[in-house]
Amino acid sequence: MSTIFLLLILLLGFLITFQIAKASEYVGVLKGEKKNFEQNNRINGFLMIVFLVLGLIGVYWCNELFRGKILGESASLQGEKIDTMLYITITITGIVFVLTQVLLFWFAYKYQYNEKRKAFYFPHDNKLELIWTVIPAITLTVLVGFGLYYWFNITGEAPKEALQVEVTGKQFGWIFRYPGKDNVFGKKYYQNISDKDGNTLGLIWDDPATHDDIVVQSEMYIVKDQPVKLIINSRDVVHDVGLAYFRMKMDAVPGTPTTMWFTPKYTTDEMKKKLGNPDFEYEISCDQMCGRGHYTMRGIIKVVTQDEFTLWKLKQKPNFVQVFPDKDPANPPKTDTTKGTAAVVNPDAAKMVVRR
Amino acid sequence: MSNEATLHGHGEVITTHDVHHDDHDVHHHKETFITKYVFSQDHKMIAKQFLITGMVWAILGGLMSVLFRLQLGYPDATFPWLEDILGKWAKGGKIQPEFYYALVTMHGTVLVFFVLTGGLSGTFANFLIPLQIGARDMASPMLNMLSYWFFWGASVVMISSLFVETGPASGGWTSYPPLSALGDASEGSKTGMDLWLIAMALFVVSSLLGGLNYISTILNMRTKGMSMTRLPLTIWALFFTAVLGVLSFPVLLSGFILLLFDRHGGTSFYLSDIFLTETNKALPNEGGSAILYQHLFWFLGHPEVYIIILPAMGLVSEVMSVNARKPIFGYMAMVGSLFAIAILAFLVWAHHMFVTGLNPFLGSVFVLLTLLIAVPSAIKVFNWLTTLWRGNIRFTPAMLFAIGFVSMFISGGLTGIFLGNSTLDIHLHDTYFVIAHFHIVMGVSGILGMFCGIYHWFPKMYGRYLNNTMAYIHFWVTFAGAYLIFWPMHYEGLAGMPRRYLDYSNWISFNQFGDLNRFISVVAMVVFAVQLLFIFNFFYSIFKGRKVISQNPWQSNTLEWTAPIRPGHGNWPGEIPEVYRWPYDYAKDGRDFIPQTEPIGGNESKH
Repeated sequence: MSTIFLLLILLLGFLITFQIAKASEYVGVLKGEKKNFEQNNRINGFLMIVFLVLGLIGVYWCNELFRGKILGESASLQGEKIDTMLYITITITGIVFVLTQVLLFWFAYKYQYNEKRKAFYFPHDNKLELIWTVIPAITLTVLVGFGLYYWFNITGEAPKEALQVEVTGKQFGWIFRYPGKDNVFGKKYYQNISDKDGNTLGLIWDDPATHDDIVVQSEMYIVKDQPVKLIINSRDVVHDVGLAYFRMKMDAVPGTPTTMWFTPKYTTDEMKKKLGNPDFEYEISCDQMCGRGHYTMRGIIKVVTQDEFTLWKLKQKPNFVQVFPDKDPANPPKTDTTKGTAAVVNPDAAKMVVRR
Repeated sequence: MSNEATLHGHGEVITTHDVHHDDHDVHHHKETFITKYVFSQDHKMIAKQFLITGMVWAILGGLMSVLFRLQLGYPDATFPWLEDILGKWAKGGKIQPEFYYALVTMHGTVLVFFVLTGGLSGTFANFLIPLQIGARDMASPMLNMLSYWFFWGASVVMISSLFVETGPASGGWTSYPPLSALGDASEGSKTGMDLWLIAMALFVVSSLLGGLNYISTILNMRTKGMSMTRLPLTIWALFFTAVLGVLSFPVLLSGFILLLFDRHGGTSFYLSDIFLTETNKALPNEGGSAILYQHLFWFLGHPEVYIIILPAMGLVSEVMSVNARKPIFGYMAMVGSLFAIAILAFLVWAHHMFVTGLNPFLGSVFVLLTLLIAVPSAIKVFNWLTTLWRGNIRFTPAMLFAIGFVSMFISGGLTGIFLGNSTLDIHLHDTYFVIAHFHIVMGVSGILGMFCGIYHWFPKMYGRYLNNTMAYIHFWVTFAGAYLIFWPMHYEGLAGMPRRYLDYSNWISFNQFGDLNRFISVVAMVVFAVQLLFIFNFFYSIFKGRKVISQNPWQSNTLEWTAPIRPGHGNWPGEIPEVYRWPYDYAKDGRDFIPQTEPIGGNESKH
């Protein structure tokens, strides 16, 4: 009902506008083309300056309104560099923005048609053109310089002491793997993936390095002040690990692992206090279109202290043990296993090790 | 009429061409409805066909954005009437995720390709090239006609994809595989994706037929005296646009063909290591690279944005000079910067891929080349500003849109400096900042440039004027509305808010913008309504608009205004006018304007 009402109002608005437009055209013809043109020109010239003034006020007001909502300080050391780069860029482009927009609308207003004015024949001026080729070029060189300095800094090799976590995207969620005590990620092969059997990443059980690998879903634990290196994979389509508070982002591409590393500055608890929001979590948002559930593809990063992390890790059972509970050293088999070895459970695995 | 061919004297090829055309005129004076309005080979009619098809697409594409803005602005509300119209796509009055993604995908595809490439280049290249260079028609009117009808075919296939049971393509306008390659990964990647690919292939054919024609016409069929440096900037812009299209669209097509092979031929160009949760199965494909597609796509994708913006720049340059009653400042610099942009367009594609795991060193090369584009862009902006300086400006609707274009181009161009810088792109990639950037610099600027052209050349197209009052309302609401819609989106992007989400309420990091999203949606609907006002003005004025009585209503120098008010096929009834000067002699030697056809006077000053 209200929709029909709205449509009626819209239609009425159209009709009124049309009638006014038609009428003003007739009035214009009666008044004489020249007079009509001059009047319209004055109105639009005036609107130019109105738009400039209101626009600049609007830009300022918009900034006041939203600057508190753009996530505040970066929660990673690398993000600080990105923020610095952002402020440098905002300053430079801000000056250019105000300058050029003011000139544009001011010229439009100032040099609007006037019977007495003669336009100035000014087809070119090599000096001027040289100036505004060179100045932007220099400015951009500065921006490129800063940008690349930070870029290589951020995308360079992760420090040796970095905590390594493997992140795997799937429709529509995240799987995390820790290398376990041996600090080595065991081999995996995607044909081994079986959600039913609990082998969500396709680990190859023949490789002993997989036996202590810890696999968890939806929540990832990392340590405050310790660099963390993410090794990013996808199980199906392209996803993207987006970490707004850390200012980091990297695609998850099936078949081609990618990496990114950063150093978190605050624990989740510290952020809760800092932002005054008890529900705060560091979220992983999928930033690459991945299908119908793209907008729900949320993961959580818990930044904790080293002690909390050690405690958490102790509580986790390796994926191997989850799949073969009878192989748990802490929980010896009650009966003789008829299941046999892992290789028997998955006879193809041996072949796959060779192929990889 | 063969004396005219001799007078024209541009070598044999052109002479025979003209003769052929004159024959054509003589023998087919009684045109049927079909040859005049449907399968017309007259470049002016083909231009109008492109324009009106483009307008239909613009309305459809705009309507799609209204629908998904409804979802974004009111994620919790239900609209039962949506279910009446859309059926299962809006079950319970709520837009379903599959349909939301289909809407954004089609909105992007339609606006980028069918409106701002087909509609913009197709219209103005066809309309202006022969008229402004002084030719009777295109080099090959037949190919030109085919170009439109391939475009029409592409449109029909694309529209039909809206009606298939599994819905249209829904993997985003970029259609990255594996999502777009695997029907099991997404409903939209089933039949809808095949239709999308077929439509795009037809579109590429249309664009190549058109582009080759534009290039050969501009190079070979200029009238006597029309040297390349006497071409209006519109023609220069359309020329570079056509070159860009001819060189880059085939690469896109090859990317699409490989994608079709992956979809139906069992190949693994883009596929590797895939296990689908939906079917609980691992695919056999190994060794392909999903990133390969992105390279092929963006090798067109980036030039594509210049294919959109260069014609707009050309139209704006011409209109600005005419209405400031002043020569365009730095003609050669304008041509040079168009050339520089066209070259750089091919060298920057990977800046769309900074976070795909691209080698950081390679990334740095693309940063450098990308930010280089800011230099020719800055030259253009400063030249436009200087063109206004000390002019005598008439605010015709076309001029308003030209000024609006420059303002938008500045705003959107500056945010390009953010995104082209890989360091900032890490944070801003695929957020609303990107949405704001490309809508302002490509979408809105492109559309404003297109309106600028339509308002300026409507009298030439139809022999009538558009209604001025409606035009002014159209401009100010569109211009202010576009800023209101897209400016605040930068802030959402700075907060890292990802694009292509239909509901942010479950996200702690991004749920603070609910009110803003609602505001943007409301403004978007108002702006859309005003576009309907324009459409009405357009069609009403074709039949009932004020008649043009002067041959040169804008006191312009270029050749199209020397043709009759309603030119027939062949454009000039007698001989094709000869050209003696560049097109920007406004305010020279105290004279308001000096048409290109006027010989240089003895005591005229040099520029």
